[in-house]
Amino acid sequence: MTDILLSPQGPAVAKAPSNSIFRHARYVIAENPITGIAFGLFILIALCALIGPYIVPHDPLASDTSAALAAPSLKHWFGTDQLGRDIFSRVIVATRLDFTIAITSVVLVFAMGGFAGIAAGFFGGWTDRIVGRISDTIMAFPLFVLAMGIVAALGNTVTNIVLATAIINFPLYVRVARAEANVRRDAGFVQAARLSGNGDFRILLMHILPNIMPIMMVQISLTMGYAILNAAGLSFIGLGVRPPTPEWGIMVAEGAGNIISGEWWIALFPGAALMIAVFCFNLLGDGLRDLVDPQRRT
Amino acid sequence: MLALISKRMMLVIPNLIGVVIITFLLTRALPGDPAAYFAGPAADKQAIEQIRVKLGLDKPLIVQFGSYVADLGHLNLGTSLTTGQPVLTELKNRLPASAELTLFGLILSMAIAVPLGILAAVKQGSWIDHTCRVVATAGVSLPVFFTGLLLVYVFYFLLGWSPAPLGRLDVFFSPPPQITGFYLIDSLLNRDLATFRAALSQLLLPGLTLCVFSLAPIARMTRASMLAVLASDFVRTARASGLDSRTVILTYAFRNAMLPVVTTLGMVFSFLLGANVLVEKVFAWPGIGSYAVEALISSDFAPVQGFVLTMAILYVVLNLIIDVLYGVIDPRVRLEA
Repeated sequence: MTDILLSPQGPAVAKAPSNSIFRHARYVIAENPITGIAFGLFILIALCALIGPYIVPHDPLASDTSAALAAPSLKHWFGTDQLGRDIFSRVIVATRLDFTIAITSVVLVFAMGGFAGIAAGFFGGWTDRIVGRISDTIMAFPLFVLAMGIVAALGNTVTNIVLATAIINFPLYVRVARAEANVRRDAGFVQAARLSGNGDFRILLMHILPNIMPIMMVQISLTMGYAILNAAGLSFIGLGVRPPTPEWGIMVAEGAGNIISGEWWIALFPGAALMIAVFCFNLLGDGLRDLVDPQRRT
Repeated sequence: MLALISKRMMLVIPNLIGVVIITFLLTRALPGDPAAYFAGPAADKQAIEQIRVKLGLDKPLIVQFGSYVADLGHLNLGTSLTTGQPVLTELKNRLPASAELTLFGLILSMAIAVPLGILAAVKQGSWIDHTCRVVATAGVSLPVFFTGLLLVYVFYFLLGWSPAPLGRLDVFFSPPPQITGFYLIDSLLNRDLATFRAALSQLLLPGLTLCVFSLAPIARMTRASMLAVLASDFVRTARASGLDSRTVILTYAFRNAMLPVVTTLGMVFSFLLGANVLVEKVFAWPGIGSYAVEALISSDFAPVQGFVLTMAILYVVLNLIIDVLYGVIDPRVRLEA
């Protein structure tokens, strides 16, 4: 690890010959085929999010009370809910919203936590103390409870769900970015950059950030699953997404009452979609970590 | 030991201050006009202004914070708009239900995860190890409300083994006289086995849901730290001295391996207290979580704020207990302090 860190080229490390990265990726996937499966699932989810609304067989909002609570059949693959809406279509269409919430919140926390963490690790001193205190205070709450409080206070909207999810992940990103920036603070390439007249912020953005990008990408992938779970949990208790918008968490909530009378399909399929998405992101994060973690490189 | 506790107590104070500041900010300094909110949608400008003065919202933020802290000092968390009851009383009445559920889930999860983790480490690479890994990965990926609903479907609807998922006790039973507030303990103290069984059968499914959820981190941590300890010199020495493997694993390795597991409990509690809210909603459990959810839906803010504050204080205290426990288990921590 150290010899890569201290190599004088600095950011050039991030631009290693793409050929070797591909070979390494192939090696990791061959060694652990589950990562390959997770990657395939990821592409499927991304496709559903992109073109889902255009390919579904039924209108996700169209209700048909004559076909309400129908069990899965050839016409309605996942059955229909209390209002006769097609659950298959709703599950597919919901992918986009859930995916967007997760991605936006992760990008947001990457920007906030990543930058605060790098600054804390690079400057140390007061910056470090303030950033550390903020993340300690966030960590003093049970995270889901804090998210509930934030959404309740800021207002019951999807934007605030994104914001709350970002805030509760903030300490995780700070910790990783801070540790990585701290190690590189006095690295040779940073000193070289400083000697050639770069200011602190320029060094931070142009030299430190590209170097810790791979590790931050792993962090992003690992927290995506948690972000989806968190957002779905919030909408399950009635926060954020409003009916009739299709969203996995709220769909499970809509089907919850029917479980005890045996209509399992209303809650099962959106719940399973949620589970698969989270599972996929967790596996992908593990795989990506293997890919990035130099200790695994042979 | 006392030095450790007092030193740790000092660290709690900035955390508590942070918690109080955040809960305060969550109501006051954020967008939206709380006065208009408390006045209701039908209020005119004058009424809103009156409420603003009445609530002290016209004063500077620092003064408002002062009166907020003073209210907290008098244990006044405000009044619920929907029920008209003081928030503190309702939280106090409902806390035992949540605590019983959370602790039951945690104990259940420890009882499964710790042996599973030990076995996975001792028989590394065996089917138990693989089971442990699958359970751990699946456990983190399952949304807790979804697990709960699946369990209800299987054990209530399909098999009929479990009672309807509606609260702590079947309507035919009356709750045992309150001693600890935990139905299981109270009914036992009262020698009322029928009530005990009824309470247990209601508790089993939600407890199991929380258990599945918290299984993963505990099992994973136990396995990792057992593996590290089993590879250490003192275990090798114990083995070389001819102690049987049972003694080596349980007395020598296990006690040392528990230290990181106890540390993980802090994180597990963070998850559990959050998951508790969702589980309470699924099982209509009359705890503080479902109280907060009901208040959220009717936009009743005081209970939510009281709930967030209570949970945060609980969590800080739990972390304190875990740290002290760490000192009890590991004498080295005591020496450092």
